[in-house]
Amino acid sequence: MKLIFDISKPGRRGSTIPAADVPLTSNIPENLKRKAPAELPEVSELDAIRHFTLLSRMNMGVDTHFYPLGSCTMKYNPKMHERVATLPGFANLHPLLPQLRHGAALTQGALAVIYEAEMILNELLGFARSTMQPLAGSHGELSGVMLIAAYHKDRNDLQRKTMLIPDAAHGTNPASAAVAGFSTKVVATDTNGNVDINDLKKQLGPDTAGLMLTCPNTLGLFDPNVSEICRLVHDAGGLMYCDGANFNAIIGRLRPGDIGFDVMHVNLHKTFATPHGGGGPGSGPVGVAECLVPYLPVSIIEKRPDGSYALEYERQKSIGYIAPFYGNFGVILKAYAYMLSMGAEGFRRVSENAVLNANYIRAKLAPYYAQAYDRTCMHECVFSASKQAANGVHALDIAKALIDRGFHPPTIYFPMIVPEALMIEPTETESIETIDEFIDAMIDIAKAAEADPDSLTSCPLTTPVSRPDEARAARSPDLSA
Amino acid sequence: MLEVTGCSNFDELWRKAGLNFPHPALTVPEGKSEFEVSSKLERLAGKNHTHLVNFVGLGYYDHIIPAAVGEICGRSEFYTAYTPYQPEASQGTLQAIYEYQSAISRLTAMPVVNASLYDGGTALFEAMMMAVRITRKRRAVISGAVSPIFRKMIQCYSGNLDIELVEIPAVGVISAQDKLLEAIDDATACVIIQYPNVFGTLEDWSNFVEEVHKKKALAICSTYPLALPVITPPGEMGFDIVTAEGQSLGIPLSFGGPYLGVMAVQEKHMRRMPGRICGRTLDKNNKESYVLTLQAREQHIRRENAMSNICSNENLCALSALVYMSCMGKQGMIDVAQLCAAKAVFARNELLKIDGVEAVGEEPFFNEFVIQLPEDAAEITGRLIDKGFAPGFPLGRYYPERSNQLLIAVTEKRTREDIKSLANALEAVL
Repeated sequence: MKLIFDISKPGRRGSTIPAADVPLTSNIPENLKRKAPAELPEVSELDAIRHFTLLSRMNMGVDTHFYPLGSCTMKYNPKMHERVATLPGFANLHPLLPQLRHGAALTQGALAVIYEAEMILNELLGFARSTMQPLAGSHGELSGVMLIAAYHKDRNDLQRKTMLIPDAAHGTNPASAAVAGFSTKVVATDTNGNVDINDLKKQLGPDTAGLMLTCPNTLGLFDPNVSEICRLVHDAGGLMYCDGANFNAIIGRLRPGDIGFDVMHVNLHKTFATPHGGGGPGSGPVGVAECLVPYLPVSIIEKRPDGSYALEYERQKSIGYIAPFYGNFGVILKAYAYMLSMGAEGFRRVSENAVLNANYIRAKLAPYYAQAYDRTCMHECVFSASKQAANGVHALDIAKALIDRGFHPPTIYFPMIVPEALMIEPTETESIETIDEFIDAMIDIAKAAEADPDSLTSCPLTTPVSRPDEARAARSPDLSA
Repeated sequence: MLEVTGCSNFDELWRKAGLNFPHPALTVPEGKSEFEVSSKLERLAGKNHTHLVNFVGLGYYDHIIPAAVGEICGRSEFYTAYTPYQPEASQGTLQAIYEYQSAISRLTAMPVVNASLYDGGTALFEAMMMAVRITRKRRAVISGAVSPIFRKMIQCYSGNLDIELVEIPAVGVISAQDKLLEAIDDATACVIIQYPNVFGTLEDWSNFVEEVHKKKALAICSTYPLALPVITPPGEMGFDIVTAEGQSLGIPLSFGGPYLGVMAVQEKHMRRMPGRICGRTLDKNNKESYVLTLQAREQHIRRENAMSNICSNENLCALSALVYMSCMGKQGMIDVAQLCAAKAVFARNELLKIDGVEAVGEEPFFNEFVIQLPEDAAEITGRLIDKGFAPGFPLGRYYPERSNQLLIAVTEKRTREDIKSLANALEAVL
């Protein structure tokens, strides 16, 4: 499709603005006046709307397709949430208003949203307090491990510079630990897909700051030794970080704070049904046990005895400003709407059905695809396309073949410890009919991989473009027009 | 479905999955219907007073947003998709990112732009870390005329990283260019400035950037995108890295987010830039297509050695910015910027007519400026809020020695009447 710049015609514009009601003077000096105008599009509103509407139709989204992208929790995003976020009382509110004198009284509704969402989150996680500020999941990870760093520093326990991270972890875990100033050590996964306890014991020492454990783990498995792992790390003087990317599997069923975790982030854009936006904005609140509360970033919101809400900036041990304000408010607001809709019973049904749907797919596809680990999974099931790869059909080919059959592919080649990984997360919001259709497509592909493997390696055929040449893109980058 | 999994009930399913913990008793509010939840949230929205006539900026501005922006970003083919890891199924998102990168490149006059970062503050921190990686030095000089919010964020993130931050205070409403240059030593990775600076002042940085380069450091600029249609773009001044809070490009204030972290760099630094980048390539049939590229920089491949821990971008906000720049267009962007600048000049003149209100410097500015009040600016702000005006940002909050100074932002939304009424109200409360 043509670029918006290519449909540009000199003199066209797609907006009107008020006529000047003051003299059109400025005091921009000659040497700072822009000489050549920025060559931005010149299009009518219709040109723009048609261009972007047509672009949107070149996307798969949850609203158009089943989207079982493992570890991303592509559940349905209820429409009421979207509408609420556009209410002028929220959308037009300047974040600095509550920091002005007499301003807090004029932002009570917004402060209430953040505080009350935090309270529900605290209850679901089993933690004392949370910060709603982190702007994405990996930003939550970074904030969380910075809290761990602040904790050890405050105790003058300065040798604790090593963060332990299982080899199955998402790449953001070691990257976040590095940005927080830790060196990282890898903990092996055992043959059942759990943390290798013996390896963990070997790695623990006086330098251990903590362990970042994804629970359930990135293989979609619940580690039955999680309590022991927490105990071992605590005994060694470390803290337990829970990567809550997979919280959808246990929400309402298990509170990580109850079983020994000290700090945890959740992704509102996964478990709490806020949209993924094609890659953001996300939101990654971090919950903490009592021992980490003093270090939480500023500000935190407090509820006063008279029922009003206030920003608290005077916190001596706080790590400081991780975000400009109070977090991605628009996202927190949608998550709050979701929390209010669900209730305890609703949350329980979320995790039950998420786990049931994944195990249903696992059972149905087990005869056709090799399971990474042959055991009951949580909210996602991980297969290896190793059988198909023997015929020259790789995980990538299966993904592309699914696109032609009307499904967004699962996550592929992650976790890295599973060769030819296919990670399928159906979520609780899909019906059995949709899931059955997906299973049929997967079986169809498995059969084609036996009978006619070549038919799969040229997929997809139904999309606006076929497989792009990624090597060319990286070799001679063309990054703007 | 349970039978297929070999379980007769959910408890058995949990047990088989290895989860043997008892069910928690949760005290959360009981689930409510759509109508009840939306009514509750409408009530809460009503408790926020957005009727105030707003002159508060400090990097976050109340601009007009064309309806088309919300309509396009409200298309669920965009907002219910995820990161375009499967390019064939995500050409819409990918082409939009490519167009966003192109538009920002043209606006900033910088050749390479990424798909966006979280916000202006995190983008500026990432820029500093990029300079640290490129120069292999661990010292950064930062101007006190950079947003105090951004400086606090950078301090927070640098805390564990063995990076020396040297802050050079502003003089009046001017960045101390000479002192910034003097502060550069052999161990300095970069100098960080803001243009227009946090007080709204416009300064020429061309010679400064040359001097920075002579001292083997990188020059980093945090900018205000909506000023760029009318002021010399930072790319023409030679900056190595340009970042911005992109909220002014069609993104609602929304009480602090989601916003948009803009990052643009010179070509030679392309492979050291954090964040996602979209590239144009050809598919198997030689058809133009778009993919995420240069991924060898990123955490999912490099893990602890990645350029950054950032995984996502602020994609939908980048789309907002693109649709905004397309609908406003080449001339509309210039018109908006000129209106902002003209109204700011008008407002400053009106306010300076008031007895006891004084100018702070006579330097050129874009749409934000500082005035000196006869009393504590925070106190006067409180009085004006009671009269329906958010008159500006009292600088004493971040600059204790400036307790009588008020930073006032004027956008194209403020009318002559709004400005006159503010002046009258201010005069009345002094």
